[in-house]
Amino acid sequence: MSAMQVLFLIFAAIILGSAIKVVTTKKMIHAAFWLIATLFGVAALYVLLSAGFLAMVQIVVYVGAVAILFIFAVMLTRKDLRDSAAPLNDRWTMAALFSALTFAGFVALLKNWSGFGKTPSADVPADMIERLGAALVSPDAYILPFEVASVLLLAALIGAVYVASDAAKNK
Amino acid sequence: MIPISWYLVLAAALFSIGLFGVLARKNAVAILLGIELMLNAVNINLVTFWRYNAPAEVTGQVFAIIVFAVAAAEVAVGLALIISIYRNRKTIVADDLDMMKW
Repeated sequence: MSAMQVLFLIFAAIILGSAIKVVTTKKMIHAAFWLIATLFGVAALYVLLSAGFLAMVQIVVYVGAVAILFIFAVMLTRKDLRDSAAPLNDRWTMAALFSALTFAGFVALLKNWSGFGKTPSADVPADMIERLGAALVSPDAYILPFEVASVLLLAALIGAVYVASDAAKNK
Repeated sequence: MIPISWYLVLAAALFSIGLFGVLARKNAVAILLGIELMLNAVNINLVTFWRYNAPAEVTGQVFAIIVFAVAAAEVAVGLALIISIYRNRKTIVADDLDMMKW
C-alpha cells in the first residue's frame, strides 16, 4: 500500500467519522464543529486529487464562511439546541434504512461500471490555476456562468438580509 | 495510485450520511448541515472525475467552483429563513413547522 493510499484512508476515516457525528450529536454547536472537521477532511482530499486551489476555496468558503454562519445560526436559535429530547425524530430507523439502501444502490451501480478500478491517465498541468483563472473570465469559456453565480450570490445576500431582518416580520 | 473506486465509494457514503441527517434530524439547522454533507459528496465526485478523466481541462474545477457558490447562497438563505421562523414561532423543530400544512 502506497503512502497516498494510507493518507487517503486516514482522511476518509476523518471525513466519515465526523460526518456521522454531525448527524447524530445532540448538541447543535458540537455538530457544527464536527462539520468543520468534515470540511477540512474534504479539503485534504482535494489536495490528494492535486486540486490545491479548490482545497483553499474549500477552507475559505466552507470553513471560513459557511461553518461560521452555521455557528451564528446555532447561537441565535439557542433555546432549541439544549433540547433535552432526542436529536432524531421517531422515523429515524426508516431514515437509516433508506440511507443504507441508497448507499448499497450506489455501490451496486458503480460495481457494474467498467471504469471502476481506473487510475489517473495524465498529470495535472503545472499552470492549472492560471488556466482556471483565465477560463473564468474569458468570453470563450465560462464568463457567463461566473457572472450568473455572482448575481445569484448578490440575490441570496439581499434576500437573506431581508428575510432575517425585522422588515419581513411586520408584513 | 489510488483507484477511482475509493473516492466514489467515499462520496457515496458521505452522501448517504448526509441523507440520513436530512431525513432523521429534528432541528432545522441540523437538516441544513445534512444538505452541506451531501453537497460536499457531490463536489468530491466532480473533482475526482475531473482528475481521473480530463486533468488537462478546467471544466471539472469550474463546475466545482459553481457548486461552492450555490452552496454558499443556499446556506445564507436557508439560515435566514430559519432565524426568521425562530423569531416568529420560537421553535426550529421541523415537525412543529406545519403552518403551511392542511
